[in-house]
Amino acid sequence: MLEKQSNLKAWLYLLPAMALLLVFTFYPLFNAFYLAFLRDYSYLNGTAEGYTLFGNFIDVIQGANFRIAMKNTSIIVFISVPISVMVALLISVALNSIKKLQGMFQTIFFLPYVTNAIAIGMAFAFIFHQDYGLFNLILGVFGIDPVNWVGLGASWNTAMFALLVYTVWGGLAFKIMVFLAGLQNIDKQYYDAARVDSTPKWRVFSRITVPLLSPMIAYITITSFIGAFKAYRTIIGMFGPTLRPPGTLSKDSLITIVGLVYDSIAQADAVGKISQAAAASIILFLITLSFTGVQMIISKKRVHY
Amino acid sequence: MEIRLENITKIFVQKDKSEVIAVDTLNITIPTGKLIGLLGPSGCGKSTTLYMIAGLLKPNGGRIFFGDEDVTDTAPEDRGIGLVFQNYALYPHMTVRQNIMFPLENIKVPKPEAMIRAQEMADLVGIGELMDRKPKELSGGQQQRVAIARALVKKPRVLLLDEPLSNLDARLRLQTREEIKRIQRETGITTIFVTHDQEEAMSISDEIVLMDFGVRRQMGDPQDVYDKPENLFAAKFLGTPPINIFDGEIKNNNIVLAGKNIGKSKGSDQKVVIGIRPEGFIVNEKGSFELDVDMVETIGRDTSLIINDPTRENNTFRAIIETKHRIKPGDVLKVNIKKDKLFIFDVDLGNLIN
Repeated sequence: MLEKQSNLKAWLYLLPAMALLLVFTFYPLFNAFYLAFLRDYSYLNGTAEGYTLFGNFIDVIQGANFRIAMKNTSIIVFISVPISVMVALLISVALNSIKKLQGMFQTIFFLPYVTNAIAIGMAFAFIFHQDYGLFNLILGVFGIDPVNWVGLGASWNTAMFALLVYTVWGGLAFKIMVFLAGLQNIDKQYYDAARVDSTPKWRVFSRITVPLLSPMIAYITITSFIGAFKAYRTIIGMFGPTLRPPGTLSKDSLITIVGLVYDSIAQADAVGKISQAAAASIILFLITLSFTGVQMIISKKRVHY
Repeated sequence: MEIRLENITKIFVQKDKSEVIAVDTLNITIPTGKLIGLLGPSGCGKSTTLYMIAGLLKPNGGRIFFGDEDVTDTAPEDRGIGLVFQNYALYPHMTVRQNIMFPLENIKVPKPEAMIRAQEMADLVGIGELMDRKPKELSGGQQQRVAIARALVKKPRVLLLDEPLSNLDARLRLQTREEIKRIQRETGITTIFVTHDQEEAMSISDEIVLMDFGVRRQMGDPQDVYDKPENLFAAKFLGTPPINIFDGEIKNNNIVLAGKNIGKSKGSDQKVVIGIRPEGFIVNEKGSFELDVDMVETIGRDTSLIINDPTRENNTFRAIIETKHRIKPGDVLKVNIKKDKLFIFDVDLGNLIN
């Protein structure tokens, strides 16, 4: 009786959260799956011509931008994530080893996390400005001519470079915070023990710090990969809704898979577009799912809890 | 390797800028090849002293010598010490073998040789079969042995142990302290260990260093320190059950307790603190001293009596007598006091008066 009562209470407390999740997460989720299998669904009339198993997926894959989006997403994922994890790790180890001003630096490194991504994107777009940008100014010091990074007619290469720099930087804050918390939890005696045994610094890092931090590293790596697969805000922030430097062709677009989804939604009035958006998001879901699965298997072998 | 501490002082600055003197002009000479126990209540500076010998803490004053070599400014990695931490600090992600081999990797011992030395050391401490386990798969006692093996494998000049037994349960503690003694004897390495447990220190140390408030109170063979305490602190700290303390005086060369003469002293007339070990009472029908027995605790080997004494704070003290006397609660027992179990100390400084 007593147990039943407390059970009831627990469900009652969970109810508000459950209700919100149902309406705003689970319903859209299942609806997306449903939409992806409708043939010629019209958003305006709410009518469809029956069902199709692969029709919408084939439309997405054969779409003009799909290859570009796949390429861009892969580059963002596989370049920005490893770099930002490594940079964050080095910064947090350095931060953890200083005593003075640690709080100040911690705040500085954490600021990007509480700043709007679009605003930072605009700031970065300006940093990479050809004539007034900080980046070209620094290059100038080394005698390198100003580069048109993201301006009128900028190439895909330079635009992607700028985007990656911004993505890496924008992702640092949260990673540093998590790593720093992890580092501060490592027992100081391990380091004292290593010191007594005359362990060189790099070996302390590679044999003690990294393994002891590996649960955090795995967590950060997996969530960062998932986040990077969903990249979109950063590109909007830097390049605006066209998703490419002004005056360039659509083949030079920096569109990602999420960008593809939004593109389709923007054309919702056309028959079948909403279904394509749903199909694209399911493709992204499957890619992310399988990739995360592989990571979990790897991390089981490499992570020491 | 003889270790000499000369006028070692360590001052910690607190967050509020106030200073705490953890170790105060400490002078100790630790002879070669002995097992030395640094003993004292928590906060007495014994661990601080150990970490200064290790080099992980830097003294504010004084010099530390290993043999003739002044190591005060030598980094811990260059001192040739093995250190066993209180919670062992075994690397949780490495196997026992990797843990023991880790110090050898750092000094670039070739792997085959390192494997052999690690195995030898593991066999010495009795964990040779557990080499492929992770630390968390071992019991506390086994972890402790791994930590000792890791400290010894690089053949250090000195072995330092910080509260080596405090994380073990009572039975394991007994077993492990014998083990430490055996390992120390077999390797012949100068060993210093820190403990707050007097029984532990007395049972395995060749010599104990008794510390209080960062000051050395007494050093010597454990039995000597017990039999001839130089001060009230030493008398109170050693012995279970602890020594009984009474207020008394010296009058005309007699030691007077509660109006009765219980012994002779050459000291001048003054108020004194009298200490009598619980085993210092001999039952004697003509005894000068009366004990009002409140409770009898039978132990088997001997008998522990709780004695009523309204003059004392908790109204009782403890006496231990032979089992041949069958005592009942409420008995009044006549006793004499053994001379060598009776100590008198001056009231102000607690120093022994002859």
